[in-house]
Amino acid sequence: MPHDHHDHLSPSGHPYRPDNDHPLTYWQQMEIAVRELLIEKGVTTAAEISAQIDAMDARSPTDGAKVVARAWTDPAFREALFADASAATREMGFDIGPMRLIALENTAEVHNVVVCTLCSCYPRNLLGLPPDWYKSRAYRARTVKEPRKVLAEFGVDLPDGTTVRVHDSTADMRYVVIPMRPEGTEGLDEEALAALVTRDSMIGTGLAKAP
Amino acid sequence: MTERTYLRVREDMPPGHVRTPAYLRGKTGWIERELGSFPNPEELAYRHAGTPTPLLRVRFSMAEVWGDAAENPQDTLDAEIYAHWLAPAEAPHAT
Repeated sequence: MPHDHHDHLSPSGHPYRPDNDHPLTYWQQMEIAVRELLIEKGVTTAAEISAQIDAMDARSPTDGAKVVARAWTDPAFREALFADASAATREMGFDIGPMRLIALENTAEVHNVVVCTLCSCYPRNLLGLPPDWYKSRAYRARTVKEPRKVLAEFGVDLPDGTTVRVHDSTADMRYVVIPMRPEGTEGLDEEALAALVTRDSMIGTGLAKAP
Repeated sequence: MTERTYLRVREDMPPGHVRTPAYLRGKTGWIERELGSFPNPEELAYRHAGTPTPLLRVRFSMAEVWGDAAENPQDTLDAEIYAHWLAPAEAPHAT
């Protein structure tokens, strides 16, 4: 039988997801209470909250990929990006809100990787929501201690001569890594280049894809 | 290379909301860049206004942070640390 544990599988062959009918946690209750009070007192509306959730869900790594592709093709933009990444991305038309962004340049000599050991700070206003592993204790604890081992597990093997710079996002800044432009991409336009830029390459746990 | 300004992170373990990672307390690094002033999160967390406090990006060598256990002593770790956690320091032996 291909599906020996059929009791635990739905007809689609996937495990059943347990119903979330456990009681609300303290903080879930608190969130609902505060939200309802804010609506009741006219501070905000349910529609505004939904719209904000939609706006956050609409953000994705493809926005960041466009920034990277432009940094690869436009030297003036590249310079502006490393001088003030918030201003440069806003100037490109991205609504990043009040986010203070720093762009980190990967080169043949330096590889940057971003982690938030205290919680899960991430440039959400540009890249959307972080991957689940970014918030895991294992990633947060290990990346500052043994970044090369962590990178190797992501399939990133760096030459010994490369310096690894780990950035612990501890306070008010958010970080985006600008990966190296892959070889053999001379003829590609910005759109084709952006397709090579992965989410992980902008966290530093990956490289841009080869064409 | 420009002269490095070394700073040591206070070694305190105060209670409450603190955004200075414990693994960097007592460690010495150098200023990577200054970021301007931000409201002190240790006050914000308790609904105070938050005194504007200079925030610095401090760069540490992995040798300084992890000693002999460092995976590669030359690699670095940058973190944002508020000025009230930092004091002038001499260069550590392991940079």
